[in-house]
Amino acid sequence: MRPDPNATAPPGAGTAGTAARPPGPARGRPRPAAPARTGRRGGATPWLYLAPALVVLAALLVYPVYQLGLISFLEYTQAQVSGGQPTTFQGLGNYRTLLGDPRFRDVLLATVLFAAACVLATLAVGCTLAVLLTRVRALPRTALMLASLGAWATPAVTGSTVWLFLFDPDLGPVNRVLSLGDFSWTYGQYSAFLLVLLEVVWCSYPFVMVTVYAGIRAIPEEVLEAAALDGASSWRTWRSVMAPMLRPILVVVTIQSVIWDFKVFTQIYVMTGGGGIAGQNLVLNVYAYQKAFASSQYSLGSAVGVVMLLILLAVTLVYLRLLRRQGEDI
Amino acid sequence: MTTAFRPSRRARPGRLAAEATALVTALAVAFPLYWMVLSAVKPEGEIQSTEPRPWTLAPSLDSFRRVFLQEDFGRYFLNSLLVAGTVVLASAVIAFLAATAVTRFRFRFRTTLLIMFLIAQMVPIEALTIPLFFLMRDLGQLNTLGALVLPHLAFSLPFAIWMLRGFVKAVPEALEEAAYLDGAGRTRFLWQILFPLVFPGLVATSVFSFISTWNDFLFAKSFIISDTSQSTLPMALLVFFKPDENDWGGIMAGSTVMTVPVLVFFVLVQRRLVSGLGGAVKD
Repeated sequence: MRPDPNATAPPGAGTAGTAARPPGPARGRPRPAAPARTGRRGGATPWLYLAPALVVLAALLVYPVYQLGLISFLEYTQAQVSGGQPTTFQGLGNYRTLLGDPRFRDVLLATVLFAAACVLATLAVGCTLAVLLTRVRALPRTALMLASLGAWATPAVTGSTVWLFLFDPDLGPVNRVLSLGDFSWTYGQYSAFLLVLLEVVWCSYPFVMVTVYAGIRAIPEEVLEAAALDGASSWRTWRSVMAPMLRPILVVVTIQSVIWDFKVFTQIYVMTGGGGIAGQNLVLNVYAYQKAFASSQYSLGSAVGVVMLLILLAVTLVYLRLLRRQGEDI
Repeated sequence: MTTAFRPSRRARPGRLAAEATALVTALAVAFPLYWMVLSAVKPEGEIQSTEPRPWTLAPSLDSFRRVFLQEDFGRYFLNSLLVAGTVVLASAVIAFLAATAVTRFRFRFRTTLLIMFLIAQMVPIEALTIPLFFLMRDLGQLNTLGALVLPHLAFSLPFAIWMLRGFVKAVPEALEEAAYLDGAGRTRFLWQILFPLVFPGLVATSVFSFISTWNDFLFAKSFIISDTSQSTLPMALLVFFKPDENDWGGIMAGSTVMTVPVLVFFVLVQRRLVSGLGGAVKD
């Protein structure tokens, strides 16, 4: 954003390029010329470039995370927000309340299972279609690509409304085609979760498919041809040739899917009307929202948020380790 | 299917089956979108029919009219566009600068910073709704579009920086040296040489910040509490969900209005998106 002070060097200062460079800010000693200039060491310049990003992140990410932790240790309800009562420190009291609450344990379990099912289904569909894409000619490939891009691009809210309408007990085509009569998908816990899962897979498999497909394309043709000549089946080729070679990409898409599916909010909220009948379809994210904004228990909501944060942090650390093991240089 | 783009070398057994599967899958995947647009143009009577047909012989724009005239969708559309546009532009510039800093300079804490960016990406934005709500209240941003821009800017930055890294790295250092030898300053190099070269990467990155902002539902719901003139599309859509009888025609028309810009945007940049993703993943 801000102009770099070094840039004030007059471009045609009379001397050849290297000598025209002014000394770095706050350092009197002239630095060695060209190689240093190309960026090994830039004095304050990198920090200047980083400043806007760091300011935004500190104010809107780091500070809220700190606040989230803080609130989760306080008694913080409507009374404290409006200033009617002083805030009191609760220590781990909120967490104790949560863990003692069977509802919370149910929601936690449901979230983990639901996310796991979504990730597995997304990966299975994405990888299968990626392999399929490599075996067809241009026309079917383009058709599938375009359709997938369409699903990918669809906003979560509209995806949810459309799927809800497709599965509507009275007016939707799905129940007609499957002769399900007026079976209500959102009534039962499992069928509601299944419906949300279908929508989530529909809008998130394209990322997996496109990424894995790009990865397969990068595998040398001979390798796959050799496998085909050896009479390997599709499944065998995938298991023994592609999957090992695509491991880095598979790690990335798996972790990304875990992170996305673990914090699904919109689909659950819209499709099950805020968490399903009697909260049967709550996941952590929606649960935290309901705690905070529907029942004004901000401290309990924050404690749920902290739990989510910690779980995803653990996933991230696993991710980092896997990346490190692959020798990625960061 | 008979119009092969390339002459087939030899008819592999199973290829036709694979192609049929691909086409059927494509149709199935596209079906929800087709149904959305179809239902948006169906006349009211056909939508309420319990024998839904996959076509309509009397397309009408009634649902769209209702959406735009009664519910002021145009306004919400502009709000959404304004929020997403601001986030995309600001995050592109800020992330470009930051990505340049972490790839073309060596300095203390560089690796630490990169790891922090990666961890920041994983922070579930929804978990921060509560503290952000209080922060926006203290900043006086509740019920304004700023309350949507600021958090999304923060949340799209780490991913954008992480993704742009590969693109910035791909620009050869020799080019930078040549630029300096020709007398270009750092700022000049940054904006006139590096920026255009990294632009495809910026496009790919922007898709993500655009979509996550455009789709945002939770913040819109939590931060725009009383001033509906500041609502964005996702919230406006829910107006059509009524406890007794959902106005499906309106919902589908609103959904179409909300989906089409993203679709167009996506199709326009899809080539760059795919190559951009490839770059980011391989990097």
